[in-house]
Amino acid sequence: MSNTVTNVVFAGLGGQGIIKSSDILAAAAFAAGLDVKKSELHGMSQRGGSVTSDVRFGSEVLSPMVPAQEADFLLVLEPTQVEINRGLLRPGGVLLSPDLIPDGALRNKKSLNVAMLGVLSVLLALQPEHWEQGLKECLAVRLHKVNEQAFALGRRQGEARFKS
Amino acid sequence: MATTQQRLLLSGNEAVALAALHAGVHLGTGYPGTPSTEILEYLDHIGGKAQWSPNEKVALEVGIGVSFAGGRTLITMKHVGVNVAADPLFTAAYTDLIGGLVLISADDPGMASSQNEQDNRHYSRAAIVPMLEPCDSQQAYDFTLKAFELSERHKIPVILRMTTRICHAKTPVVPNQDVTPAPTPEFVRDIPGRVMIPAYAKPAHHRIRAKMAELTRFNEHSDFNRIYPGSSELGIIASGISVMHAREAAPQASLLALGMTWPLPMALIADFVRSVKRCIVIEEGDHLLYEALRAEGLMVEAKPEMYRFSELTVPRVRRILAGDLSPEPQPPKGKPPELCQGCSHRPVFEILGHMDCIVAGDIGCYSLGVLPPFNAMDTCVCMGAAIGVGLGMRHVLPEAQARRVVSVIGDSTFVHSGLTGLAEMVYNPPPTGHVVLILDNSTTAMTGRQEHPGTGRSLGHEPTNKMDFAAVGRGMGIKNVHVTDPMEDPQGFASLLQELLAKDELSLVIAERPCVLAAPMIRVYEQAAEEKLQTSCAGAVGH
Repeated sequence: MSNTVTNVVFAGLGGQGIIKSSDILAAAAFAAGLDVKKSELHGMSQRGGSVTSDVRFGSEVLSPMVPAQEADFLLVLEPTQVEINRGLLRPGGVLLSPDLIPDGALRNKKSLNVAMLGVLSVLLALQPEHWEQGLKECLAVRLHKVNEQAFALGRRQGEARFKS
Repeated sequence: MATTQQRLLLSGNEAVALAALHAGVHLGTGYPGTPSTEILEYLDHIGGKAQWSPNEKVALEVGIGVSFAGGRTLITMKHVGVNVAADPLFTAAYTDLIGGLVLISADDPGMASSQNEQDNRHYSRAAIVPMLEPCDSQQAYDFTLKAFELSERHKIPVILRMTTRICHAKTPVVPNQDVTPAPTPEFVRDIPGRVMIPAYAKPAHHRIRAKMAELTRFNEHSDFNRIYPGSSELGIIASGISVMHAREAAPQASLLALGMTWPLPMALIADFVRSVKRCIVIEEGDHLLYEALRAEGLMVEAKPEMYRFSELTVPRVRRILAGDLSPEPQPPKGKPPELCQGCSHRPVFEILGHMDCIVAGDIGCYSLGVLPPFNAMDTCVCMGAAIGVGLGMRHVLPEAQARRVVSVIGDSTFVHSGLTGLAEMVYNPPPTGHVVLILDNSTTAMTGRQEHPGTGRSLGHEPTNKMDFAAVGRGMGIKNVHVTDPMEDPQGFASLLQELLAKDELSLVIAERPCVLAAPMIRVYEQAAEEKLQTSCAGAVGH
């Protein structure tokens, strides 16, 4: 049953753009006409502490939370958050850690979240126009260009890593 | 996107706000509180009229006024906010409302950002008010529209109870705008319906019971509830987010999803229970539904006690169905939250810790003063409790300890519930005096930087009257009132505190420094206000 739904968990620290990147993925999947649910915790947990956000999409999504050990993808923005969240992955699930983006490759380090989405895009069936729509809907106009570049860079890294 | 109907991806909070707008809501009021805060912000953003009240009690009272005047009103708060608003709520239920009044109770099972995980379904029973519980954003939208109609049809407040995973989860919504038009506000006198002196309240109690009986009959056939047919071996009764967890955990089961959870449609439920071999109630929090069904003599199972605590999830529902009582795997322990670098609360808690103060604390970002490296908070109970709790300790502790007690409260929290604490302090001063410290960072920081009466800006960040905390302290009769910036002069702050603690007098210290996260936006708001003022002055000269 669960293989009709794709489960992605984003993890990092407050202020890294975890919620923003999960918003972008949710918007991209939504633009593709899929059922989408996205959930995370706000408030106290975001004062610099650990943050996770769940995105699920497919033909029909029920619970908005990715059950433990059922994540197809775990996208982590902060190295210290890899081990504590690894248990969320299903057997055979894919871990995407920030070392997939080489140091200094990004013009702006703040767009690491979007670069990691570029990596993820290689592994998902969403089309480029859906990603484009997701990015445009969720980011201010002045941030479009730098994030489009970050996404493209991540996509190249993803292709080198997963498609060779 | 050539669809005839717009399809949107909205959080439950956004869906409620959109429905309120589509229902022609005349006024949205509330007090910020996770997970409810975004409702009024989004209502304002999409063009509705929304404002923050100093606290939930006042917000509900304003809402009751709107309803008596014939307007539709949405009042939003977190679960513990309903405790503050409980006084007007219980008697508003007795009155005959006119305009639709919808109260949002946003509960926080699992306490992601709260001091308790109370289950506000209790309020529908205690206050005699109907309750709706959506299971996703679409229902949050649909139920909000229907809640206004229900409220007007039965002249009764309606509670829409949400939880964190309904409020903050984004799910698809197709808005249909299918709602009776809002009434036009007009004053029509109705003394027996609105003046709750005993002579009128006695018949009013009978009226509200009759209204509930009518609502029970309505709910037996309402489209708030839905049956998902399945195997006759296992039946599940659920509401709110538990509906989704249960459908995923047991796709083969028959499921009765209750959308209107008070008053309960007992005949519908009884038929469902009889249609299956085994029937289990899957509810987050207390065993309320289970107890109500057992009292009715229905043979249903409850979840084991261990699942009363925290949120339900799909794996937990699977465990409940399997009767699994083994210890649960612990969720990953992440990095705890902390005060931001550059936060003005940091030097304050360093100094309070150094001076070995006994700190009666309060609710806000500054509650983080309890964690390392500060370890500088001794109590935290509810909004405004810092002052009363601090005074209570001062009254009974041995003198040497009493002198170390300081009440620490944030600016928004002070406006919310600190004023009566100050009145208590002036009226019943402890023998050693007392020191109240307002940590004024010019915003309601924890919930995402909302305005309040002390910032001088409205919900939409427009200029309005500003409450002067120092003048309030002096006006209430506090002898020593000081305003200081603990960041600019920590030494001065420390010696001021030392000096005041040594006196047998009452003191109010306002530690003023904008929140580091809010400061850039505050500058933008101030600049915009200034520019507006200059344009309007230029216009006036032109006349």
